[in-house]
Amino acid sequence: MSNVEDLLKQHGKAIKEVYLDWENGTRIEEEVLEAMKPFYLEKQFGNPAITHRVGWETYDFYVKAKTTLAKPLNVQPQSIALTHSFTESNNLAIKGLAKMNKKRKKIIVSEVEHLSVIHTAKSMFSDDYKVVILPVSNDGTVNVDMLQEELDSETLLVSLQSINHEIGTIQPVREALEIVKDFDEKIFFHTDATSAFGRIPLDLSNLDVDLASFSSNRILGPKGIAGLYIKEGIKLKSIYEGQLSVETLSPDVENPALLAGFAKAVELQFKQFEEIREHTIKLRDKLMYGLHTSIERTDINGPAGNRRAPDNVNISFLGCEGEALTVDSSMNGIYASSGSACTSRVLMPSHILTAIGRKPEEAHGSLLMKVNRLNTEEEIDYVLEKMPKIIERIRSITGGIQI
Amino acid sequence: MSSRIPLPYAPRVLELFQNPQNLGRMENATITSSAGSPACGDMIAFYLLIDEKSEVITKSSFESYGCASNIAAASQLTIMIENKTLEEAWDFTWADVSEALGGLPSVKTHCGSLAVGALRRAIRAYYKEIKNSKPEWLPTDLSKDEKHALEEEALADKLKKKYKL
Repeated sequence: MSNVEDLLKQHGKAIKEVYLDWENGTRIEEEVLEAMKPFYLEKQFGNPAITHRVGWETYDFYVKAKTTLAKPLNVQPQSIALTHSFTESNNLAIKGLAKMNKKRKKIIVSEVEHLSVIHTAKSMFSDDYKVVILPVSNDGTVNVDMLQEELDSETLLVSLQSINHEIGTIQPVREALEIVKDFDEKIFFHTDATSAFGRIPLDLSNLDVDLASFSSNRILGPKGIAGLYIKEGIKLKSIYEGQLSVETLSPDVENPALLAGFAKAVELQFKQFEEIREHTIKLRDKLMYGLHTSIERTDINGPAGNRRAPDNVNISFLGCEGEALTVDSSMNGIYASSGSACTSRVLMPSHILTAIGRKPEEAHGSLLMKVNRLNTEEEIDYVLEKMPKIIERIRSITGGIQI
Repeated sequence: MSSRIPLPYAPRVLELFQNPQNLGRMENATITSSAGSPACGDMIAFYLLIDEKSEVITKSSFESYGCASNIAAASQLTIMIENKTLEEAWDFTWADVSEALGGLPSVKTHCGSLAVGALRRAIRAYYKEIKNSKPEWLPTDLSKDEKHALEEEALADKLKKKYKL
């Protein structure tokens, strides 16, 4: 393999850089790092499961930090299990529940779930589970009528995301939950709230789901820590084995510094919840409608208006292959991702864009951009200025090839 | 989003992506061909200008609906075949293209294969449609790279059926 340093030299660095690939990688803020530092260097770095002063001090911090995490969800701190990622949270919710409840063997998910839900559910086939995958409408909304039809006495779990991570669809979770619980209260309901946490209000004492995944990195906290809300009385079994620890469902040596960063990110995100929401909606609409009106042959993927996540922009540029688009954007200092087959390991277009009825060639030309509290209007102006030229160049390479 | 892998391209791939050589439709081409399919997000059109007497490719160009390595592979191949006889041009393989590009990531080797497939189709079409004869060096059976192009096009059909288009 070639030297990546040479590649970067060839690539060069644009005068201005705008990072919009928050779906795939995030950074933290200075304030979050500052909150984490003492736990690496000075205090409460112990193991909260151990019986000595440093352990107890760390335990005390865990109780307080979990209170911070629980507050915006309006739940009890002890109902939150810490994991290493939302992928682990989703795995734990599905497999951990199945391990404790072996009588029922049917799991219902939607076809636009994150792959950590779909692949986990499908992995249960080998243990004789039946997995039903619900279709969605052309804006990505889960078909709840079909959910009603699929429920039966065999159903163990329904897992529906709160917001789609790729096209921003806000899902009818409350409606789905009511349908499920009206049919049979014993059916468990999990929501992957990773893309919703910090974006839309999530009062889980009111929205009475059984399990909810959420993550630190998606609100600009550190990577490597996430949460799973587990309603009181519900028992899960850990999905891997390890040592004695406070977090029995994710047995490992606890990392108080990551928890401190997670808690600080929660504080920052929810302290200005409404301001951040308004700010991102403004940037989202400016970017999305700006691109849609200034560039011909574009399609917006996902819903419009208040049924769309405040931070999500996803547009298909016909006649452009998305991988080429992300590379050219990168050379112009704009960082985004695509649902193109060429950006994936399996060379298949995004399962979400094909689920909403996009043709493969429409999915290949898609660009996913997210905005958050760190982005500015000036940055969006820069993207709007550069993008038409980028699209024009990629389309000129496509030339006369009929798409 | 679906799973991502970083694709550390060789600098030459990026160089040709930034400044593709021999890009664009050729109005006076002797023969044109294409390989791949938009459904797979991977299609190359090839244009050859051939001196019929010497059977030398005096000029070639391409268009590409594809990723950066697809564009670079097609562009690289047009550079390699310039002023080569059709027989010499036929002998370039995906491995030659990949090598000239400084190596393609394994998931992208098919991009080199598709470019070669498109070129070989053009050469075959030239003898079939224009010359109405087949030189001895031209194999009757489809080569590996031509088969690759066919496989990719078959995959496109499958995709279309899968998504009921």
